[in-house]
Amino acid sequence: MEFQSILSAVTGGHGAVNPWAATAYLIAGVFFILALRGLSSPASSQRGNRFGMAGMTIAVVTTLLTHVPWKTGDATNSFAGVDPVAMAEILGAIAIGAVIGIVMARKIAMTAMPQLVAAFHSLVGLAAVAVGAAAFLNPEAFGIGMSVLFTDYAGSGGAIVGGDRVEWINSVSAIEMGLGVAIGAITFSGSVIAFLKLNGNMSGAPIMLPGRHIINLGTLVAILALIGVFASGYQPQWLFWTIMGLSFAIGFLLIIPIGGADMPVVVSMLNSYSGWAAAAMGFTLGNTAMIITGALVGSSGAILSYIMCRAMNRSFISVIAGGFGGDDAAAGAGGSKEQRPWKPGSAEDAAFLMSQAENVIIVPGYGMAVAQAQHTLREMADQLKKEGVNVKYAIHPVAGRMPGHMNVLLAEANVPYDEVFELEDINGEFAQCDVAFVIGANDVTNPAAKTDKTSPIYGMPVLDVEKAKTVLFVKRSMGGVGYAGVDNDVFYMDQTMMLLGDAKKMADDIVKALSGSGH
Amino acid sequence: MDFIAIFSIFVLACFVGYFVVWSVTPALHTPLMSVTNAISSVIIVGALIASAAAGSASSKWLGLAAVVMASINIFGGFAVTARMLAMYKKKER
Repeated sequence: MEFQSILSAVTGGHGAVNPWAATAYLIAGVFFILALRGLSSPASSQRGNRFGMAGMTIAVVTTLLTHVPWKTGDATNSFAGVDPVAMAEILGAIAIGAVIGIVMARKIAMTAMPQLVAAFHSLVGLAAVAVGAAAFLNPEAFGIGMSVLFTDYAGSGGAIVGGDRVEWINSVSAIEMGLGVAIGAITFSGSVIAFLKLNGNMSGAPIMLPGRHIINLGTLVAILALIGVFASGYQPQWLFWTIMGLSFAIGFLLIIPIGGADMPVVVSMLNSYSGWAAAAMGFTLGNTAMIITGALVGSSGAILSYIMCRAMNRSFISVIAGGFGGDDAAAGAGGSKEQRPWKPGSAEDAAFLMSQAENVIIVPGYGMAVAQAQHTLREMADQLKKEGVNVKYAIHPVAGRMPGHMNVLLAEANVPYDEVFELEDINGEFAQCDVAFVIGANDVTNPAAKTDKTSPIYGMPVLDVEKAKTVLFVKRSMGGVGYAGVDNDVFYMDQTMMLLGDAKKMADDIVKALSGSGH
Repeated sequence: MDFIAIFSIFVLACFVGYFVVWSVTPALHTPLMSVTNAISSVIIVGALIASAAAGSASSKWLGLAAVVMASINIFGGFAVTARMLAMYKKKER
C-alpha cells in the first residue's frame, strides 16, 4: 500500500511534498553531481555519464509515478483509475523525443558539435518556456496558485453567470516563473541565432543595430518591471505573453551583434542560461533535482565562458557588447604590410626534419579540422613514433569552435588522450623540443601577444612555438592572417619553414615522404 | 517546502557546481557541455506534471510539447556524450 500513499500525497505541490518523491529527486540531484564529477578524467567519464542517465531515469520515473493522469471520476466513483489515453500520450511524447534525439546524436559530425549543442540549448529554453506557460494556464496542477471561478453579479441580481475561470498565482511563484520563462525564452532565441551563425546559415559578421545598447537595456528593464507587476497580483494573459515576447526579442538582440569568433563564449553562456532557466522552474515546483541541476549547469556554463574569455583575452562585457570577429578584424590587417623574407619548405623537408627529431610537438588549430586533416595527422604521428620520435599535441583552449572541441576531434582520429596536453602543461616543453609542427593554427602561436602592447591580441595566452629549434608552419598561403587579423613574427624567423598548401594535402604528402624513406 | 529551504539548496548547489566544474579536465569540456545539456532537461519533470494534469487542455498540450523537446535533449545529450567519451582512449603500451 506504500505505492498508493506515494500516489495520493502528491497533488499538493509546495504545500504537501511527498517525502518519498522528495528523497528520489534528491538522489537524482546527487547523481547529476556525480555525473559531472566523473568528467574529471577520461577514465571515469563514461561511468559519470551513466550516473547522469540513472539520475534522469529516477527523476522521470518518480514524476510519472506521482503525477499519474487520472480519469475524471463521477459521483458514484471518484477514483476511476489511470487514464490510458493520457498515459499513452505522455509515453508517446517521450518516445518521439528519444528517436529524434538518438538519431541526431548518432549522425552528427564531430566538427558540428557546437551547432548541435546550440540546437540542444534552444530546446531546453523552449521547453522551459512551454512549462512556464503551462503552469500559468493551470497553476493548480503545479501547486503554485488557484483557479478562481469568475463571477458576475452585476447583471443578474446576485446569481452567478460568469463562469470564466481566472488563474491566480502567488507572488513568489510568479517571480520564479516569470524569471524562468524569461531566461528560457532568451536561451531559446539566443541559441537559435548562435546555431544559425555556427552552421553558416547566417553570416558570422556582427549585425550592429544603431542604439542597440539602449534598446537592449530598455528591454531588459521592461522585462524585469513586468515580472514585478505580474508578481504583484495583476496577472492578465497579455502581461504574461508580453514578458515572453520581450524575452524572445532580447535573446535575439543580444546575440546578433556578436561575431563568429566569439561564438565559443556565446555557446558557453547559453549553456549557463539553460541551467538558470531549469533552476527557476525548479523553484516554481519546489523540486530539488531541478534546482541542483540548474545550479550545476548554470555554474558550468559560467565557468566555461570565463575560461573561453580568458583564452581569447576578451572581457565578458566586451563579448556581450558585441561587434568583434567580423569586418573590423579584417580592417586591422591593412596596417603594416611590409614584405619580409621567409623560408619555404616541402613535405619532404618536413618529413626529414621530423624523422630526425627527438621531440615533436604538434599544434593543431581549427583550420586542420576544416581541412579534415586530423586522421592523416595521426597517421603522420604514428609514422614518427615508429621511428622513435616522441610526439605530443599542444592544444590552445580556443583551438576549436567550443571549449574542448579540438580534444574531441583528435580523440575521434584515435589520438590517445595522454598524448594531448593543454597550454599550461606543455608550454615549458617547447624550449626542449626539436620541431614544433603548427597546422591550421595561427593567432594562438603569435609571440606578439606577449611582447607587443599595441597588438590586438596582446595579453592572450599563446603557445611558445618560437622557442622550438625548428618551427614547421603549415598554412594555405602567406596572404591570409588569423581571426584577429595580425601578422605573426614566427613566419619570418630563421628557424621557421613555411609549408604552404592545404593542411590535409600537406599532411598526406608528409606521410608519403615518411613511409617512402624506407625505415 | 518554503522558499528559504529551497534557496539554501540552490546556493549550496552553486558552490558544489563551482568546485566540481573546475575539477573537470579541459580535454572533456565539450562532453561537459553536452552532458550538462542533457541533465538540464530535467525540466521534463515540469513538462510531465503539466501533461498529466487535468483542468486545462492548452496547458496539457504545452506540457506534451515540452516533453518531446526535453526528451530530444535527454536522449540526444546522453547519447552524443557517450559517443564522444567512447573515443577517448589511452596510449597502447
